[in-house]
Amino acid sequence: MESGQYLNLVPWVVFMPVIGLVINLLFGKRFGETFSGVVGSLASGLSFIVSVLVAMGLAAHPEAAIVTLGEWITIGALQVHWAFRVDTLSVVMMLVVSGVGTLIHIYSIGYMHSDVRHNGDPERFTRFFVYLNLFIASMMTLVSADNFLMMFVGWEGVGLCSYLLIGFWFEKGKNGTGNAEAAKKAFITNRIGDFGLLIAMFMIFKYFGSFQFDTVFGQAAQVAQAHPGAMLAITLFMLLGVTGKSAQIPLFVWLPDAMAGPTPVSALIHAATMVTAGVYLVARSSAFYALVPTAQTVVMWIGGLTAFFAATIAIGQYDIKKVLAYSTISQLGFMVAAVGMGATVAGMFHLVTHAFFKGLLFLAAGSVIQGVERGLHHAHGAGELDPQDMRNMGGLRKVMPVTFWVYLIGGLALSGIVPLAGFFSKDEILAAAYHGQPALFILLVISAFMTAFYMGRQLVMVFFGKPRSAAAEGASESPKVMTIPLIILAGLSIIGGVLNLPGVHTLEHWLSHTLGEGEPAEFIWLVAGLSLILALAGLGLGWLVYAGKLSKADAPDPMKSKLGPVFTGMEHKWWVDEFYQTLILNPYKAFSEFMANPVDLGVIDRIGGGLAAGARSASEGLSKIQNGFVRSYALWMLIGLVAIMTYLILK
Amino acid sequence: MYPLIFPLALAGILFSIGVVGFLIRKNAIIVFMSLELMFNAANLVFITFANYFQNVNGQVIVIFIMTTAAAEVAVGLALIVSIFRSRHSISVDDLNKLKG
Amino acid sequence: MTTSMIFFILLAILAIASAVAMIASRSAIYSALFLVLNFLAVAVIYLMLGAPFVSLAQITVYAGAIMILFIFVIMLLGTKKLDSEEPLKWQRPLAIILSAALVIEGAYVLVTRIGSHALATAATSELADPKTLGMVLFQKYALPFEIVSVILLVAAIGAVVLSRHDSKPGGN
Repeated sequence: MESGQYLNLVPWVVFMPVIGLVINLLFGKRFGETFSGVVGSLASGLSFIVSVLVAMGLAAHPEAAIVTLGEWITIGALQVHWAFRVDTLSVVMMLVVSGVGTLIHIYSIGYMHSDVRHNGDPERFTRFFVYLNLFIASMMTLVSADNFLMMFVGWEGVGLCSYLLIGFWFEKGKNGTGNAEAAKKAFITNRIGDFGLLIAMFMIFKYFGSFQFDTVFGQAAQVAQAHPGAMLAITLFMLLGVTGKSAQIPLFVWLPDAMAGPTPVSALIHAATMVTAGVYLVARSSAFYALVPTAQTVVMWIGGLTAFFAATIAIGQYDIKKVLAYSTISQLGFMVAAVGMGATVAGMFHLVTHAFFKGLLFLAAGSVIQGVERGLHHAHGAGELDPQDMRNMGGLRKVMPVTFWVYLIGGLALSGIVPLAGFFSKDEILAAAYHGQPALFILLVISAFMTAFYMGRQLVMVFFGKPRSAAAEGASESPKVMTIPLIILAGLSIIGGVLNLPGVHTLEHWLSHTLGEGEPAEFIWLVAGLSLILALAGLGLGWLVYAGKLSKADAPDPMKSKLGPVFTGMEHKWWVDEFYQTLILNPYKAFSEFMANPVDLGVIDRIGGGLAAGARSASEGLSKIQNGFVRSYALWMLIGLVAIMTYLILK
Repeated sequence: MYPLIFPLALAGILFSIGVVGFLIRKNAIIVFMSLELMFNAANLVFITFANYFQNVNGQVIVIFIMTTAAAEVAVGLALIVSIFRSRHSISVDDLNKLKG
Repeated sequence: MTTSMIFFILLAILAIASAVAMIASRSAIYSALFLVLNFLAVAVIYLMLGAPFVSLAQITVYAGAIMILFIFVIMLLGTKKLDSEEPLKWQRPLAIILSAALVIEGAYVLVTRIGSHALATAATSELADPKTLGMVLFQKYALPFEIVSVILLVAAIGAVVLSRHDSKPGGN
């Protein structure tokens, strides 16, 4: 087969996981865990292989190709095809999703094996892989779509999978409904964003008459000239969708709660892939944003503020996954800020490297959690103890050496230590900001410093010092099926930078076929040096503050005495949830109460009831006509006869 | 010689009287007789038009109607008798079970 | 005003009067007798309209046989007078008003559609001849004639079945 023909394979990136999930759905329970795990991983792996083939095909023919499978919707002027788009941007996403996804699938075989037993329902093992494959299929649909409507299908599909997987242990959590509520929160918050995206799509159809990417973006310049207000509205409503899916201010609140899902889910969906869909959307629509500077500014500042805000919260968290969750929000803020500045390649670059090291960090955190759980089991309970609370850990580097080393690599990559992946990608974003947006640059630099600091804090709290609980003491290393994906991801986190090395710009050239030729980002020694110094300073400060200061699990955080009320704010996530509760949810509930009781019961139901009672009494009145007297019925016949005669005469 | 509308008007009047009898009398036998009166009025119309069109078909129809009426009377009276046996009444108002 | 016209009007008055008396009479037996009178009057009108065979059939079959049947039944069931109280409040006035309306409407139609120019003609001998009737009845209407005979048979059997004095319905 000629390499160009590989492009026609692109539908299989979606079909492979679909086949996998169907097989698991039908036979998974019968053939047991290994079967389910292997089928799920194989489906994702084949999807990855197809992505690689498509990428090879694309390398030979860099122009975008569209593979149409059939008509989907044809209503008047609306024509939507079931079509896949292969271009350099979508292929990057495909490779990341299926590649990282496959590693997480493999990791999940080991993780879920003990997780389903820990939670007491081994039957659910297969279900997990069904959901994971469904997620891969949806995400692939999202990134391979050739029109906004197809993309929206994937967009909603990943939202659904996110909901299903956050609520995977739906009967667990706080008060038995905590996980279900977290899932619901994620779903509803995303609905708000989806509402924005839908409005944007409706407007796109109104002004462009199509959903197809080429058609729409081809007309972007004309429409921007004719209807600047409409373009601004489209881009801002789209941004609302982005803030929902990619957890930006103001809709980020669902992502920390989404950590209720099993850890591989947090890694795959809530760190590496789904949450980057918003970044992908802005990158895909960069033709729009380039024409609307106001929207670009808004996107940029939302990203920058989110990066800063989430980083401050991450400092005050004790739950190992919550720290990573806020870190994810913060890093997504970096990406959004980058695409907002028009530095799309930098944003995509950071997206890819972030998928590597944040996926790695989450998976390693899962390994830590299970290690502590094993220790807990070993220590025969030792009371109620949260295996995710970092205050209960400490000293794990000795008992979990592999996990420690990969976590360290992930942490250093996230902090931006040269020459790990995060250094290059973050530096590109900072360089772009340094060029045009000094205020944003300062904000991002501070965020980067805090990133290093909370990673240093986390590393110290988890792996260094002495064990602060019996569980941490008895923790043990995870099985190979979990550590091998970790090692692979660690490798990727180390070398991920080569994708777009300064001066070489592989990714830049690769994406330029889709995004258009841009100025390759300049490597600024000052910026790189500053960010490296700040990263090292952050890590060092974390070490200084925390190393050896925590002796007991219930010792107060050393930062508390230094920052005082500021730290309390960080600890309580700046009361954003409470703020939303008071400002939006409570009035909304009161309004619902008002609509339900006085309005619905008092007015609507009374109208309905009145109509029913009226119909009833009318029927009762009419039923008196049927009184059983034959003569009376005959009289009605006569009335009819006279009426008909009258009609015929008067006609 | 007399206008055609005379017998037709007579038929209409007789029919209406039959209707009134049917509607206001309660005695099942008289109700039945009112029915016969209405038949009779209809027959009169047929005969009149047979005369007007000089066509014997109208008379044939009347023969058929008479025969059928005879059959109907036989069955109807038998019904009245059997109803009287079970209900001891020939008032049609006592047959008021046909209702919801 | 011709003789036949005067005669017709007299007969019509007789027919209407007997019909009214029939429905107004309290006694069923009187009603039956008034109906016989009505049938006889109408039979004479048939004769005037050139239908001697139908006229005689009216007298023998209707006024004779059928009315005898009525009187049999009246005798059988007794001539107990029913109370004249009307349980249906609007039945009586409505029946009369609507019937009057029917008559008026019919008259209106007759006057506007037919008018007074159409005359009932004297019967030709051919039309009045029962032989003509017989030829049509047994040739053109042979099949309906047979069907009517079956109806009569069914009615006879039905009457027997219905009025059988059997406490076990449906048994033989």
